This record gives sequence, C-alpha cells and structure tokens, in this order.
Amino acid sequence: MKNKSEAIITRGIKIAGFSSIIFLLLIFAFLMKEGTPALAEVPVGELFNPRWYPIEKYFGILPLIGGSLMVTFFSILIALPFGVGTAVYIAEIAPQGIKQLLKPVIEILAGIPSVVLGFIGIQVLVPFTRRFLDLPTGLTAFSGSILLALISIPTIVSIAEDALYAVPRSYREAAIALGASKWETILGVTLPAARTGVLTAVMLGIGRSLGETMAVMMVTGNAPVIPNQWMSFFLPIRTMTATIASEMGEVASGSTHYHVLFFIGIILFVLSLIINVTASWVSFRKRTREQLVS
Amino acid sequence: MVFFLLIISLLLLNSCTPQSPKTANPQSKSSSAYIQNKGSDTLVNLALAWAEQYQTLFPEIEISVTGGGSGTGFTALINGTVDIANASRQIKAEEVQQAKANGFEPVEFTVANDAIAVIVNPGNPVSQLTLDQVSKIYQGKINNWQEVGGQDRPIVRLSRETNSGTHVYFLETVIRLGDLKNKSFFSADTLLLPSSEGIFAEVRDNPNAIGYDGLGYVTPEVKMIALAKKVTDPYVLPSATTVTDSTYPISRSLYMYTHGQPSGAIKDYIDWILSPKAQQYTIQLGFVPLAATK
Repeated sequence: MKNKSEAIITRGIKIAGFSSIIFLLLIFAFLMKEGTPALAEVPVGELFNPRWYPIEKYFGILPLIGGSLMVTFFSILIALPFGVGTAVYIAEIAPQGIKQLLKPVIEILAGIPSVVLGFIGIQVLVPFTRRFLDLPTGLTAFSGSILLALISIPTIVSIAEDALYAVPRSYREAAIALGASKWETILGVTLPAARTGVLTAVMLGIGRSLGETMAVMMVTGNAPVIPNQWMSFFLPIRTMTATIASEMGEVASGSTHYHVLFFIGIILFVLSLIINVTASWVSFRKRTREQLVS
Repeated sequence: MVFFLLIISLLLLNSCTPQSPKTANPQSKSSSAYIQNKGSDTLVNLALAWAEQYQTLFPEIEISVTGGGSGTGFTALINGTVDIANASRQIKAEEVQQAKANGFEPVEFTVANDAIAVIVNPGNPVSQLTLDQVSKIYQGKINNWQEVGGQDRPIVRLSRETNSGTHVYFLETVIRLGDLKNKSFFSADTLLLPSSEGIFAEVRDNPNAIGYDGLGYVTPEVKMIALAKKVTDPYVLPSATTVTDSTYPISRSLYMYTHGQPSGAIKDYIDWILSPKAQQYTIQLGFVPLAATK
C-alpha cells in the first residue's frame, strides 16, 4: 500500500517536472502556427519598411526591434553598476544589521507591480525628465530605460549576491593574508571568482528588461520611430512588447495584422531564448572549470 | 500520459473555439428579460449609466454592458451573442453582408452625439486652429508652435492607439479632412498612448503637447482649442450647443444596432434611451443629447 502511494507521488512529481517542457513546446508550437503565416502574407521587404502603421497595412518591424533593443541596452547600462554595486555591498561590506535590512527591501522592490512603477513614471519621472533635460517631451526611451533598470536591478542583485556568497571564504582570507586591502580583495579576488555568476545575473536582468511590457508602454511614448542616432535615446520609441500588448486586444483573429503580431512574439521568444541559453552556457562553463580545480 | 493529452486537448480547444456565451433570445417578450449589450469603449460609460438607471426603474429587466470596441460589438451581434451592439462608427457594408448571411438585417439607432476636442496645455497661448492646421500638425508638416502663432516650442503630437475608434475617426475626418482619396496619415513620431489618462497627464504637464479625445473625457486642467473649417469661418469651441447646431466641425454620432426591428424588452429599452429623460444622462457624462439635435 505504502509502495503504491509512493509510486503515485513520484509519478506526479515527475509529471510536474516535465510539464514545463511540455508547456514550452506547446507555446512555441502555437507561436509558430500563428506567426509564420505573416511571412507568406507580408512580403519580406515590407517587414523592413521603416514605417509601422498596421491599420493601413504598413508592417515595418524595424522601429519596434530597434526600440526594444535600445531601452534594454541602456537599462542594463544603468542597472549593471547599481545592481552589482548593491550585491557587492550586501555580500562583502555591509555589517550584519544593514544586510538584514537591505535584503528584504530589495525583495520588496522586486515585488512592486510594474504598472505601479509605470504610473509613478508618468506622474513623476516623465515631467522631471522633460524639465531637467529640456526635452520636447519626457515620454522617451530614457525614461523607459530608467524604469526598466529599476525593474531589473532586484534580479541582478539577488543572483549576483548569491554568486558572491558562494565564493569560498578561504579565497578572501588568502587575499587578506597577502596584504590586500578590502577593496583590492573585492576587485581582484571575490568579483573575478564570482564572475560567471554575475554574468548570469546580468543576462537574466537583460531578459527581464526585454520582456517587460506595462511600465515601458506607459512611459516611452510608443512612437514607432527607428532609433538611428544617439539623440533617439531622448526621443519617444516603441517596443515590441508594448506593440503586442496594445494592439492584440482589438485585432481580428486570423488577419495579417494578427499574424504579424505573433511574428513579433516569435522574435521576442527567440531573443529571450538566446539570452537564457547564453546565461546557462556561462554558468555551465563555470561548473566544469570548478570541477577541474577540485 | 492521459493527463498530458488532456492538457494538450484543452489548450487546443481553447485556441480553436471562439468564446460564445449562450445566445440571449432577442424575441423574448416575457416580463423578465436579460439584455446583452456590447461594443464601443467610447460609449461604454454611457451605456452603463443607462443600464443601471433602467434596471432601477424596471427591476425585472437585467442588462449586461461590456466594452471591447465597435468592431467587437458588431462581431458579437453578427454571431448572435448579444442583443444590442454599441458603436462609435456606422456598420460597414461587409458587416451588413455577414449579418444578412446569418439571416437578419441590423437596424441602426443613433443614441447620442459626441464631439472630439483638440486639447493643449493651459500655458500654451494658441487657442484657435483651422482643421487644415491641425491636419498639418499631425502629419508632421508643422513642427513648431511658432508657425501657428504660438511660442518657439517644438510640437509634441499625442494620439490614442490605432485600435481606438477615436483614432480612426480623427484620421479620416481631421488628418485626411474627410477626403477618401487622401492617403496621408499620422507623422511617425506621433506618440500613441494607451489610455485617455496618458494623454491628459502629458497635456496637463507639457506646454509642447497637443492631443485629442472625446469631449466627455476633457477635464478643466487642459485647454480646448477652438476650431474652424476654413480660415474665413468662425472659430468654435466644442460644447453641447455647438455640436447640436453643427458649427463645431468634428463631431460624430454614437449608435446602437439590433437584430432586425427590435421587439419586446429590447424595443422598450431602446425607446427609453431615446426618451428625453434618458438623454439627460448624456450631458452628465459629457456627451451631447439627441433630442436637441432636431
């Protein structure tokens, strides 16, 4: 009897474990089924049209890809020093009391719904950006990048901090025994030892930024312009996620527009797949090297 | 394994079958009735107000109101899942064809009028524009407020998203000036904001901005622009009076459509909506009542 129930439980857990693979495959199959007809319905050249205006059959996706890449890139540029800096502070420098305060605070930051951040963005960040930088409007890629940085920092901090924590104590002791200062130890020993973990953190942060929808939709202005100059960072842009979110609601199922939106979904899926594969490849390399050392 | 198959078949089922709630019987003549009402987001608040009031007057009648857009409402009417479709545009020829194929002729009722207000920041000295100037501003041919008698500031164009009926109306009536052959459209750097609130927040704060929305949404914190069809015409501010006497150039009717000539509870409801008493609610919500139009 006991053996039987145990077998059932084991089977159940196994199913749960494999279900995520099944779901991933189903999602991918669905995306392909709904997205690939776009390639047949819209001439490929038309997809590289600089104009996105779907109700008049302009399906140029370059402005959307460019917009997504631009906000993601700059958000990571902002989030990287803040995220890694915070992780180093928590793991290496902060006294016990502050550490115990900071960790839950970061977790709360991670838990703020992005729509709330977006709302604060509209009310506070956007007017401030416009006045402070004297721009035509504050609804810009810049505002979006700052909000996305806020959203991806908690991800980066918690993973990078874990990686720093995993560096053996003996490494630090050896460095200090050799006469290195605390700063020299962090920069020369601890961070390089945790390098791959920190890289994974950054990769996941990029994934978080790329996929974020609501906050970006609220503060970037959603103007489908190709960001082809440095000044574009201070002008409105439109991301892939915001396009799908705002247009999917009313689009006729099975129309060309519908298929193109799913095609954008495929691009997003592939991009985040590349990021995740890179992240796990990086951490896999770390493991093999550690095995060599031990 | 059976479990997997179940999940897969459920997912497939979900993706294939359109969600069709039980068809309400439009011919129901019994004293208690259930009326389904769906469509235009512009009209949804007004339709809700009417439904609530009607249900307090006649507790035996139950009315459900949902939004989703004019197109969504027509689709539901054609599929027979709603009794009344709300719309901010007239039914298209192909939609009438589909309805006829399903064995009925949609009947149109004009239930209220609505004006589109062009709005700017209260700090903007510009207070009147011709339709041609507004068209050129939104096409990106006029880029500085100086060109229309304002300060030396860049113009930031704001619009609703392309899925909004208001967007399409503005495109056809203002940007193309009602000319069907005119294929010009919004300048690519027009900011497409997902909500009315987004437009108002930006116009309230930004002296460079110009936006538009239904008169019912306009708050005192923004400034409405007086419009003229031609330079020689008088400039007119939108209001119930100017919409009624047709001096304000951009106003439209809002409609309800039924399955053939309505009867029973649905006829009673439509008759009540067209009565002067129900039309009073249009003023409270910022729309323009019908009765006055005649």
